[in-house]
Amino acid sequence: MNAKRKATKVILYVLLVVLAIAMLVPFYWMVISSLKLNKDVFSIPMRWWPETMHPENYSVIWKKLPLVTFFKNTAKLTIITTIVQLCTSCFAAYGFTKCKFVGRDLIFLMYVTTIAVPWQVYMVPQFILVSKMGLNDTHIGLILMQAFSAFGVFLIRQFYISIPDELCEAARIDGLNEFGIFRKIVFPLGKPAMATLTIFTFTNVWNDFMGPLIYLKTKELKTVQLGIRMFISQYGADYAWIMAASVCSLVPIVIVFLSCQRFFVEGVAASGIKG
Amino acid sequence: MSSNGKTGGLTSSQKRKIRNNMTGYAFILPNLIGYTIFVFLPVIFSFVLSVMSWDGSQRPMEFVGLANFVDIFGDKIFRGTLVHTVSYALMTVAPTLVLALLLAVLLNNKIKGVAIFRTAFYFPYIASIVAVGAVWNMLFQPDFGPVNEILKFIGIQNPPRWVVDKDWAMVAVSIVSVWKYMGYYMIVYLAALQGISNSLYEAASIDGANGWQKLWYITVPMLTPTTFFVLIMLTIQCFKVFDLVYVMTGGGPGNATKTLVNYIYEKAFTTWEFGPASAGAIVLFAIVLIITLIQFSGEKKWSKDL
Repeated sequence: MNAKRKATKVILYVLLVVLAIAMLVPFYWMVISSLKLNKDVFSIPMRWWPETMHPENYSVIWKKLPLVTFFKNTAKLTIITTIVQLCTSCFAAYGFTKCKFVGRDLIFLMYVTTIAVPWQVYMVPQFILVSKMGLNDTHIGLILMQAFSAFGVFLIRQFYISIPDELCEAARIDGLNEFGIFRKIVFPLGKPAMATLTIFTFTNVWNDFMGPLIYLKTKELKTVQLGIRMFISQYGADYAWIMAASVCSLVPIVIVFLSCQRFFVEGVAASGIKG
Repeated sequence: MSSNGKTGGLTSSQKRKIRNNMTGYAFILPNLIGYTIFVFLPVIFSFVLSVMSWDGSQRPMEFVGLANFVDIFGDKIFRGTLVHTVSYALMTVAPTLVLALLLAVLLNNKIKGVAIFRTAFYFPYIASIVAVGAVWNMLFQPDFGPVNEILKFIGIQNPPRWVVDKDWAMVAVSIVSVWKYMGYYMIVYLAALQGISNSLYEAASIDGANGWQKLWYITVPMLTPTTFFVLIMLTIQCFKVFDLVYVMTGGGPGNATKTLVNYIYEKAFTTWEFGPASAGAIVLFAIVLIITLIQFSGEKKWSKDL
């Protein structure tokens, strides 16, 4: 019996290792190709280890592509969008859970009915609106259009509901005003939900492609994803350079992912349960 | 006024009510204003636009009734996008779901290094579509690409030409999609698996059930609500597909991989025909709405069963 269990465990490990390698092979291929000469990327027979390393590919693309500008733009968009979304979502969630006011349920119903509407359905009128405000081809336009989400309000609200009202009531009796209760009690308790929302928004904005594609036309304003895409269409046959550029675009998100992995995983679970 | 707290014609309880209202609104307003302007109004506006003819210029828009819908359904390209989107969904949903469940079941065992495997499986999900599309396009390169080299190596003489072949391009996109998203749904399944009581498995062990029987008679049925949820999410996600197609095939070869959102995007942002673009968007809305309604009725059923 024990031997059988051991055998099962070995099979399980082998299976998992094979699957994990299969999942990661494209990334491995990306990295080794980025270190080859352009003409050697598709050498036959396939080489799983390059004969000579060409790390200079990275300095080449660094010169051909204003990567620093792209990174700065993306970081700016990501950070501002995340902060605005986090703040307004927490405020609204507090209003919806801990305050009583006329029209609360009606307004919340408006959020409920629109949460399931995909962005692709209203992206055209949204673009027209942002353009009419004179914010087309600006970062502020792109920030505004993604900073207010029903999802954020929902996620935080779900968490605030679990905070007992008695806690707020006690604070109210002690003389704290509503903002004080929010700042001193509810807001600090909501940190796990905020971590989830932060990770979620951060990855979404960092990896967003369609939004910047529609809104950003000026080269100096473009994001990493858009810049890499531009590079790919420009240097279609320079395979090694394209791979080097792709590796560069992945590095920041990989660092964030590996350092906050726990939140990523918990976040998926939380948003999954929500739906 | 009288001494019992009445000032300016308002009782103190009325005053408190007004103050409560003001505080409540103060908290929701920052989000509400932004949400109304940038989400709620555009949603309404997209319905309006779908029955208008407009190119975004100074020229006023013109009411055309259902002409935009008649137009797009008469458009061979649009009907094609519906077919492509549905076939993409058919090719993507089932494999993603099955593989996600499988990975989750494998990872739900008490073994060392679970976190490492979980990271590996989840990793493609957080990688950007532009980078992922670029590398897979090279892997799928028909003449010298590693995928076809491997296929030739195992004896397939004429491997598919993937993204340059109109019959195989969508299959290639689907494969990448399955690879990219199964890790995400694996995590959803893992969370659900943790919720299954151990006593069920213990009872089954006492009755002499083996691993497969436990999987088939306990795990799978217990996960039905999750499977249903994943199925809905995946289907909606498939109907919204844009980026992956855009970076891998650009809708080609010909229009073989053009999807619904590709169509909306092109109508709106390359030819500036906002009317047909919005009509397409309303079609997308209708599809998502139907799927969501199915989800609601399904959820009601599960909650009754439990």
